[in-house]
Amino acid sequence: MKKHTISVLVENKFGVLARIAGLFSARGFNIDSLAVGETEDPTISRMTIVLSADDRILQQVKKQLNKLIDVIRVIEFTKQECINREIMLIKVSAPEKKRQEILKIVNSVDAEVVDVGEDTITVQETGDESKIHALLELLRPYGIKEIVRSGTIAIGKEGK
Amino acid sequence: MKIKGAEILIKSLQKEGVEVIFGYPGGSVLPIFDALYDADIKFILTRHEQGAAHAADGYARATGRVGVCIATSGPGATNLVTGLATAYMDSVPVVAITGQVKTHLIGNDAFQEADVTGITRPITKHNYLVRDIKDLAGVVKEAFYIASTGRPGPVVIDVPVDITTFEHEFNYPQSVNIRSYKPTYSGHIGQIKKAAKTISEAKKPIIYSGGGIIISDASAELCELARKNNIPVTTTLLGLGGFPETDDLSLGMLGMHGTVYANHAIMDSDLIIAVGARFDDRVTGKIEAFAPHAKIIHIDIDPSAISKNVIVHIPIVGDAKKVLKELNKNIKKRPDTKDWLKKIDSWKRKSPLSYKKDDKLRPQYIIEQIYELTKGQAIICTEVGQNQMWAAQFYLYTKPRTFISSGGLGTMGYGFPASIGAQVGRPDATVIDIAGDGSIQMNIQELMTAVCNKLPIKIAILNNGYLGMVRQWQELFYKKRYSGTCMDHAPDFVKLAEAYGAVGMKITKKEDVIPALKKALDIKNTVIMDFRIEREENVFPMVPAGEAINRMIGGMA
Repeated sequence: MKKHTISVLVENKFGVLARIAGLFSARGFNIDSLAVGETEDPTISRMTIVLSADDRILQQVKKQLNKLIDVIRVIEFTKQECINREIMLIKVSAPEKKRQEILKIVNSVDAEVVDVGEDTITVQETGDESKIHALLELLRPYGIKEIVRSGTIAIGKEGK
Repeated sequence: MKIKGAEILIKSLQKEGVEVIFGYPGGSVLPIFDALYDADIKFILTRHEQGAAHAADGYARATGRVGVCIATSGPGATNLVTGLATAYMDSVPVVAITGQVKTHLIGNDAFQEADVTGITRPITKHNYLVRDIKDLAGVVKEAFYIASTGRPGPVVIDVPVDITTFEHEFNYPQSVNIRSYKPTYSGHIGQIKKAAKTISEAKKPIIYSGGGIIISDASAELCELARKNNIPVTTTLLGLGGFPETDDLSLGMLGMHGTVYANHAIMDSDLIIAVGARFDDRVTGKIEAFAPHAKIIHIDIDPSAISKNVIVHIPIVGDAKKVLKELNKNIKKRPDTKDWLKKIDSWKRKSPLSYKKDDKLRPQYIIEQIYELTKGQAIICTEVGQNQMWAAQFYLYTKPRTFISSGGLGTMGYGFPASIGAQVGRPDATVIDIAGDGSIQMNIQELMTAVCNKLPIKIAILNNGYLGMVRQWQELFYKKRYSGTCMDHAPDFVKLAEAYGAVGMKITKKEDVIPALKKALDIKNTVIMDFRIEREENVFPMVPAGEAINRMIGGMA
């Protein structure tokens, strides 16, 4: 099933997140990721939801979201029309002898080291899904201790 | 001048024209009840909060106005839940006011605390937790607006007790503007023209109309569409009364217990004009096999109802009345349906609704006599199960808001409290609850509510000593293993009626049906008629679950 990114503008009110989350669980729609934050207008929040669905389900998701009283607008983004970004924090096992190798990889993909411990290095990567995925695969052989991902956020390109 | 929150609430309800509230008091709503004491609003004390929710729903369905109920926090509110879910599934405008613990105690597991907005979120159109007294009046205004516009539905207002004791100025908003809620009423004219053209070209069109016709008061427009263009009409359960069943073009109800001819007609049609209906599974049967040759025009105010279950060729989002008016204007050429109607007529003659006409006391006969004696003018409420299907099949509904039944949720125990609401809202109407011996016992306590408010409701219990519809399925699909469905230990309904101050009658013979009904209809009190019907009578025709709807058992010639 295809992945879709939808941006949902909602009233910045108590309980709205529960309404959205409840709708997805009640109707059996799957969320891949969800990120929420205030917009330029403090009375409005934006939820960026990534979901895997066929076209019919996607249409239903959009209609059902629009049906919620607190939902102001639902925007579906295609890849060409928007910028997608995600932040990942990844804690990788880094003993003395492997440390240089890991730092080399991190530098080569423009990621950033944000914490160095005795046995681990924590790396921050920002980018679209393919970039995040690439670093993940490069670091996997060294032993990943922990991953934290922000979920995708998306913004439309000019005119979108 | 500042007044208490409770008074703001009651005054707001009065601004909305509320004339009656159904409910039950409790600790968290004491201030509201205190304000209600002096107000010019009738209060009907039910004997259970579920009864209050169903009564508000029955009132709304019988009158077209918003029904209002009230319950206290915690168990009072949770007892409303089934009633709210029932109203939600059938798009009924209800506003429920629930008490809540004090604002600072919310989340502390306080006495009689429940997360009511959390519990009711998926079964209401919207809900509010009032957290500031200055929002109270505006919330009431919005709640009534949301409940009654677009696709209607129940709205809960959860009010913490301290909010009702604080004081604030009372300014009731003149209008509502919710930026995120703007229902579409006028259909897209391009789509309407396309639909009109498609109708003109159809050879075998059929109108499939639902509860939306009744909600939007579009019965006259529907009749015009059907009669001017000679298009037959089948209705859903909730659509009964939207098109007169006495009309030659009426095919009655379709679906699982629909007429043979309605199901054949929709399966054989080349165009389905669906209005205010949602293609639910009890209507379509096996969805892949449903109406294989038909194009579908779907008129509905709820965009999410369109293309949810079937692929729609011409969707029109809008209010049924407005869209039908426009559609009627735009049909330039009547379709030629002569051959089609002939074909339908042969199905009608070959397989009418029928039952065994012998000396036994059969439920279908009782319903037919109720129809005859009330001249089809009564408001019929039903419970759920066999009683509901017989009431749908054998009474001919000719007017909107005369058939009141829990369709979507299928709530047993709905009919009787709903009939209380209907009778309160329509005091001059003859209101009859068609019940089973199972479902009447689910809210039997409301007999007291009916009697003490002098409501002359007539309850016809089709008593077979079984949970009949489930037993029917067990007979047909579970080798007659009647697990959990035998109810031969039942109360004496005559004595029970008398204990509550109602009138009780027991009818065991066919020849006693008419005299008993006549007598009951003349009594100004609540009456229970305990009809001891044939125990294993079945509802036919029937489409087994998961089958195509033309694969009916029973009732086939």
